[in-house]
Amino acid sequence: MTATVPLRLLVNGERHDISVEPRRTLADALREDCQLTGTHLGCEHGVCGACTVLLDGQPARACLIFAVQCEGVSIRTVEGLSADDENLHPVQQAFWDHHGLQCGFCTPGFLMLAAGTLEEDPERSDEELRDILSSNLCRCTGYQNILAATRAAAAQMRP
Amino acid sequence: MTPRTATTAPADLSAPTSPPAEPPTWTGQPVRRVEDPAILRGWGTFVGDVAARDATCLYAAFVRSPVAAGRIRSITAPPGVRLITATDLAGVRPIAPELKRPDYVRVEMPVLATDVVRFVGEPVALVLAESAALAEDALDSVAVDIEPTPAVLDAAAAVRPDSPLVHDAAFPGDPNTTVDARLTTPGFDAALQSAATVVELEVSCGRQSAMPMEARASHAAVDRGTGRVTLHTATQMPHVVRTGICDCLDLDEDLFRVVAPDVGGAFGAKMSLAREDVALVFLARRLRRNIAWIETREENFLAAWHSREQRYQLTAAFTEDGVLTALGADIVADVGAYSCYPVTFGVEPLMAFAELPGPYTIAEYSVRSRAVLSNKCPIAPYRGVSRPVQTLATERIMDVAARRLGLDPVTIRQRNLVATFPHTTPTGLVLDQASHQEALVEAARQVDLPGFRERQAAARAEGRWLGIGFSCFAERTGYGTPAFAARSMAITPGYERVNMSMDPSGGVVLRIGASPHGQGLRTSLAQLVADKLGLRPEEIRVVHGDTDATPYGWGSFGSRAMVIAGGASSRAADTLRQRLIDIAADQLECAPEDVDLREGQATVRGTGIGRPIKQLARLAHHNSHLLPAGELPSLEVSATYDPGGTFSNACHVAEVEVDELTGAVQITRFLVVEDAGLLVNPAIVDGQVHGGVVQGIANALYEELLYDDRGILVTTSLMDYLPPTLAETPDIEIIHLASVSDATLTGAKGVGEGGTIGAPAAVLNAVSDALSPLGIELTHLPATPSRVRTAIRTAQARLSSEGALR
Repeated sequence: MTATVPLRLLVNGERHDISVEPRRTLADALREDCQLTGTHLGCEHGVCGACTVLLDGQPARACLIFAVQCEGVSIRTVEGLSADDENLHPVQQAFWDHHGLQCGFCTPGFLMLAAGTLEEDPERSDEELRDILSSNLCRCTGYQNILAATRAAAAQMRP
Repeated sequence: MTPRTATTAPADLSAPTSPPAEPPTWTGQPVRRVEDPAILRGWGTFVGDVAARDATCLYAAFVRSPVAAGRIRSITAPPGVRLITATDLAGVRPIAPELKRPDYVRVEMPVLATDVVRFVGEPVALVLAESAALAEDALDSVAVDIEPTPAVLDAAAAVRPDSPLVHDAAFPGDPNTTVDARLTTPGFDAALQSAATVVELEVSCGRQSAMPMEARASHAAVDRGTGRVTLHTATQMPHVVRTGICDCLDLDEDLFRVVAPDVGGAFGAKMSLAREDVALVFLARRLRRNIAWIETREENFLAAWHSREQRYQLTAAFTEDGVLTALGADIVADVGAYSCYPVTFGVEPLMAFAELPGPYTIAEYSVRSRAVLSNKCPIAPYRGVSRPVQTLATERIMDVAARRLGLDPVTIRQRNLVATFPHTTPTGLVLDQASHQEALVEAARQVDLPGFRERQAAARAEGRWLGIGFSCFAERTGYGTPAFAARSMAITPGYERVNMSMDPSGGVVLRIGASPHGQGLRTSLAQLVADKLGLRPEEIRVVHGDTDATPYGWGSFGSRAMVIAGGASSRAADTLRQRLIDIAADQLECAPEDVDLREGQATVRGTGIGRPIKQLARLAHHNSHLLPAGELPSLEVSATYDPGGTFSNACHVAEVEVDELTGAVQITRFLVVEDAGLLVNPAIVDGQVHGGVVQGIANALYEELLYDDRGILVTTSLMDYLPPTLAETPDIEIIHLASVSDATLTGAKGVGEGGTIGAPAAVLNAVSDALSPLGIELTHLPATPSRVRTAIRTAQARLSSEGALR
């Protein structure tokens, strides 16, 4: 099981030429081979959503997909959410403004879930937002401010 | 006591020196957290990140017992697998915390099980490999042969004379009983005999996991030159972890450093010494290799401490008017197989023993509270510790008695809540001040109980089941050494210490022994200190979680950090403030009393004359010959704070609708009227309440760790153990009363655990209220849909058979 295969991943607009075992999950490849440790692992069985990243714009569990399945896919992680080091993405800004995080371990997953959802359609109804945000688990915030922050980001992102 | 609003400044009780006269600039404001920008960008550093950035480290994976009780025959692995068993750890001492009480039975927890295993998930060996994946491969190749022995799985059976023993120890009383505390006040029997009505009730709670999103994780790095090990670990108490590991390894503490970097939630579950960490440090030293251990979610459920498995047999005597005159309780806590370090397995039963009367004026009290061993995962503190179950006990009693006496739930509580302070409880605790009555009255006003009763009646006519539940509690918070000493802990926690220094550029570094893990303490402390020094919060850098960089301290647990670390920080800031004022007065040729520190300036009050604080900082370091006579050339101060403790309080109200067909409970409204004293950062306080309430709702309706009849844990994934998502979470309304305690330096009382304490009882009272026409009184946490449905079916069958008989 230790034979590796060469692989080119496109993460946050940058090429990463790495070599991984076929069994390596995307989450492990991002964290260890690409050294992008902002993507966190909370359960490694697809329930908690802490590892959520965007694959061609769609939220996905990075613990449930192999890295080798992601060649040719545009991968976006929390490190690539804002355009530069000076500014925050509207979702990041809203989480800061509305105290949407405490320990911060689940936060990258929620940010990618909210960003992917709102970039696709910032006009989502409140009911839809509640439904979508129920994909991920948070243990600190009781979700109140995650919902408030996502609503605020949605308002910001509407044209 | 008059409740004050959140923005009222506390009387400055401490200040040995000139306090700021004007209202604070930063304290009381919902300042955005300094912790957040790095985490929002994915630039935080959790322990798993330390390991991911270390290409050279070995990974450990633990071989865990598949049986609840047994004798190890053999542990073998194929050639090439680096297998470590207890034999390889010869000389390492077991973990064996103690209470200095005659009823406490000391038991030893070896770092790896030696010849006996005592619960499913207990580590019996470990493997080392060059990657996490290879370590998991190696784990699969290890063969463990254990001869099963009879397991102890039920606390009621465990104390019978014929029960097998979890530990071969000398039990002074019943078998497997390691704490047995008793107290009966002299008038108890008489009060019981003269009661108008006596409520008898059994309440209980299943096992719950704190379930932080980040499971446990550790990375031991060895300096090849010196052999000194640095352990990055997800902990709430880095200094205590260092002491505990050094005691096991017979190591001087200066040869070992512990760092708690960003910690992904803890809630109590990361305040006990992990045997896995002891093994890691021992092997890193022995092998001179870096070693990481990243716990899986399954391991976290199996072995990272459980909590709350308690059963209360209750007897409550009431007068006709609904006054609770006497409370009797026989409390059994199933504490699992070992004692957690440092607080021991006495933590749940002894808290219940001391604090069960809670916010009520109960004159007579009779209690027996026991810790009983079992072949299950050990218990350890989890947010609220005993108090969610204690509060379930008292609040269910109130509602059952109210129904029997024809009172409403507000009236019966009003007749029993403490209203006169100070109040001494039957166990000698002193409630210094609180707003029990005010919180209840405000909650009742908010929810409009008569209006709810009308809606409830209308809904019942339509076949819908609505209910309302109240829950009042007193939460002991911010207690220091005296309170822990009363528990007779061999290791007595309590105080917190801080060091504060201003550098030549005017920047302030505050080093604290406490160790936050997501609460935002860096921000809150910076707000307090900024007000004292006339600076901005971002100019105060709070350093924590590193035994090399911070003074010895106990950590963050028990709703204590803002009270105790906050008090020490406040004291240190007062001293530094006075130093700056003295220097400024000398420079400005005025009296120190006339100097104020504000917006980065030391100014003479009522004039425009002043000096930038930065200039004073430069002078103190680089022109010390210009300092007033006797002033030392430094701006470094230290302070310690060790309070006796105080009590926060709250009233929670839940409104629910119960689905008759499925037993599912929907919470339609949740209100918290809480009083944790001064709010340093209201946004952070609200966040603590929100998160606590949802963990309490989880306890009430969803989460339970279940063992089968062989002692095998069956809830080992998030498919089986069900934390609430947003879909199960109501909007949470919060009202702050913010009455300021004289018992703390800052006026803050501690807010970390209250949400978790009050919510379970409020929800169970609401469900029982909804189903009261069926005569249902729910008494077990969690009230899962199947349990609620079973209660409904049973009651309906009983009612229909009674109808048939008539």
